[in-house]
Amino acid sequence: MISGYLITICITIVIYAMLAHSLNIITGHAGQISLGHASFFGIGAYTSAMLYAEAGFVFWISVPLAAVAAGVVGALLGIPCLRVRDDFLAITTMGINFVVEALFLYLPFFGGAMGIGGINLPRWFGREMTKPEYFVVILVVFSLLLLLDRRMGRSWIGLAWASIREDEQAAGAMGVDVVRFKVVAFILGSAIAGLAGGFYAHFLTFIMPQNFGFGQSIVILSMVVFGGIGTRWGPIVGAIVLGVLPEVSRPIMEYRTLIYGILLLGMMRFQPGGLLGPESILPRILRRSVHTLRGQR
Amino acid sequence: MSLLEVKDLSKEFGGLRALDRVSFAAEEGEILGIIGPNGAGKTTLFNLVSGVYPPSSGELSLQGESILRLKPHQISRLGIGRTFQIVRPFQNLDVETNVLVAYGHRYYPSLWKSGAPFRQPGILREVQALVERTGLQPYTKQLARNLPLGFKKRLEIARALALQPRLLLLDEPSAGLRFEESTQLMELIRQVRDQAIGILLIEHNMQVVMDLCKRIVVLDHGSKIAEGSPEEIRSNSLVIQAYLGKET
Repeated sequence: MISGYLITICITIVIYAMLAHSLNIITGHAGQISLGHASFFGIGAYTSAMLYAEAGFVFWISVPLAAVAAGVVGALLGIPCLRVRDDFLAITTMGINFVVEALFLYLPFFGGAMGIGGINLPRWFGREMTKPEYFVVILVVFSLLLLLDRRMGRSWIGLAWASIREDEQAAGAMGVDVVRFKVVAFILGSAIAGLAGGFYAHFLTFIMPQNFGFGQSIVILSMVVFGGIGTRWGPIVGAIVLGVLPEVSRPIMEYRTLIYGILLLGMMRFQPGGLLGPESILPRILRRSVHTLRGQR
Repeated sequence: MSLLEVKDLSKEFGGLRALDRVSFAAEEGEILGIIGPNGAGKTTLFNLVSGVYPPSSGELSLQGESILRLKPHQISRLGIGRTFQIVRPFQNLDVETNVLVAYGHRYYPSLWKSGAPFRQPGILREVQALVERTGLQPYTKQLARNLPLGFKKRLEIARALALQPRLLLLDEPSAGLRFEESTQLMELIRQVRDQAIGILLIEHNMQVVMDLCKRIVVLDHGSKIAEGSPEEIRSNSLVIQAYLGKET
């Protein structure tokens, strides 16, 4: 039997993987930096928590609505935001994160510093879902999202994103509506982050504004950069590695941000493409170990 | 009705008049040369025609339809393709994918159509034909960043042609090329002209301009100072003055 502790970690990691994946759509595919991704995670979590605990909606409705709410807010914020570039965009998105966190914290409507409690795991077949079942449900949803991502990558939308990432002015001269395709990436990324927020709220059963602060945004970004920005599996690998590390040893948990910072610096210096990105050291290491194994035989 | 009509076009940056009431017309199947010393406003003119920034005043029309205040993506979809003075291929995409981006101009207006996969046999065949026509076939699967400069310039032309343009804006295609590279590129430009596409050509190499263009517009300090055949331009005293300075 799988222990409760292990399944808790597994669920946390798959939620982080979903978050990293969603940020990768905005930052990896469309090339737009975002330092405020946790705000959409939070909007999703709060939407589904309040719909469930206060308006009495069931999980199966509150979580999809969480994605819709985050997507709509993403669109509203994305349209003005994405007209600015690079460092301005970084600062704007960071600002959004602080504003959203402050709204959760200071508006009594959102429960203030106490957050929102009384959320439960979903019910099916007339009983509450067990944690392993919940894990499988999230995993299935995430797999569908990855299939969608693959489809998008092979579509004209994916191609338009790639051209924007490479050179906005040249993309415009090729008939690509730069603002529109950026907004599409922003909406999609925000909606998926909102979905992850819905899953997160029902799993934690209790959410607070601090869960969705700037630090959280940096954690998500670290996972994307560490695993390989713009690759399909990189952000997932990043979420697994950076998610497991603090669990393996408690001291890492204490110095989590410090260690993430050092890792990020190291990656930027030696592996700017990330673990699974272009010019990765992984294939070389694999080849070498295969070589040594053969040599031993 | 002319292919492109430019009327009293001006552009100010702050207090600087980069372009001052410039007028001319370009016809299809013609290569119109645009020359002038550095800072004359040639590239500004291209950026106005392709919608990178809006003119301060004046008129711009393509086959009688105004293209004033349209965004770059709208203008390129109407059939104005361009290349850049400093080449801007999509460096980390291969040659075929670079051309595909421009080929997609007919899908981008509809989000629904944009959801379709772009690697379809029919489309790839057309792109391949374009790659061959522009002499890029040895590099089809190479990343654009690994191409020699001459081929990056060809790639920009291939990309612009994928827009099925009526008008092509070429910004110094021969700059930085060796003699034979430049000759081959000019041959390509002639072939493009013969498909009834109008071309505006900014060029510093006078040999090239005189060979290719039947008509030339000369800009200096943002104003048009002359227009005419290569012979007329060569003997025009204002042009000589702009390039060589006044005789003292």
